[in-house]
Amino acid sequence: MTNAVSERNVALIDLLDRLLEGGVVLTGDLTLAIADVDLVRISLRALICPVEADRGGTTGAGSRP
Amino acid sequence: MTAPRYAYAVGRVLDPADLAGLVGIDGAEVCQVAHRELAAVVSAAPPDEAALGARLERLDELAVVAEAHHSVVAAVAARTVVVPLRLGTIYRDEDRVRELLRERYEGFEALLARLAGTVEVGVKLYAQDRSPAPAAPGASGRAYLLQLSQRHRRREQEWQEAAAAVERVDTALGAYALDSSRHRPQPAQLSGAAGENVLNAAYLVPAGRLAEFGELAERLALGEPLLRIEVTGPWAPYSFTEPDRGDRT
Repeated sequence: MTNAVSERNVALIDLLDRLLEGGVVLTGDLTLAIADVDLVRISLRALICPVEADRGGTTGAGSRP
Repeated sequence: MTAPRYAYAVGRVLDPADLAGLVGIDGAEVCQVAHRELAAVVSAAPPDEAALGARLERLDELAVVAEAHHSVVAAVAARTVVVPLRLGTIYRDEDRVRELLRERYEGFEALLARLAGTVEVGVKLYAQDRSPAPAAPGASGRAYLLQLSQRHRRREQEWQEAAAAVERVDTALGAYALDSSRHRPQPAQLSGAAGENVLNAAYLVPAGRLAEFGELAERLALGEPLLRIEVTGPWAPYSFTEPDRGDRT
């Protein structure tokens, strides 16, 4: 049980669901702006961009205008 | 001179031996800041903490920071009940952390009481696309168009059936769990998973019934041929930290 909770081999995407949307959001005087909604947007962009880059910049299926 | 602290979670005061050897972001040693029975689990913030935001814009860095954050939360969760904090929470110094515990004392106590003895389980359901692809346009364009429209109708029907199946599984799991919460469905291009993610849920389950819950989830999914299931966890209760979640509506 305790081993299972500290399981490290988790998929990044499942982890980010929790770290970017879950957890208590605290606002202290020096809490970074990244601790809020911005982080979700930034990180999603960070997640999505490399994937698109991997596709060699071609217009993939489904990207019709 | 201040010593900024990165905060991972709030829980019960731990035996310092339990934190020995535990490292967080950038390999910083983890320690606790206590106020009454509450303890915030913290480490030194990265030296240029303002740059952390920029680092998190890069996927590789984000992965490193997220995994460091998670490994501390998971290690502490294995020893005591914790309320995980959102990624990227930094305080000017330990006094500010203590002040925060003082200010939010009752809220944290209520959350800890609710989360004690529980774990979070992730359940993802994927709709399987079972309609065969139409044959390539052949001799008859008319036959092809007919095939296309039949396929469209079949898919629409499958979609409705899948939605009803998701509802059945979610309702059954929700009835078994203490609480449930939903994340956004994961886009296939990010997860690399086959099929469309139609449910990305988290359930709060008594730790002692974790195996039972997992079996129930697998069994429910077996009865739904349109769905494929993926169970993750157990997780620290990341998805159950909202203060008002106590009463299910």
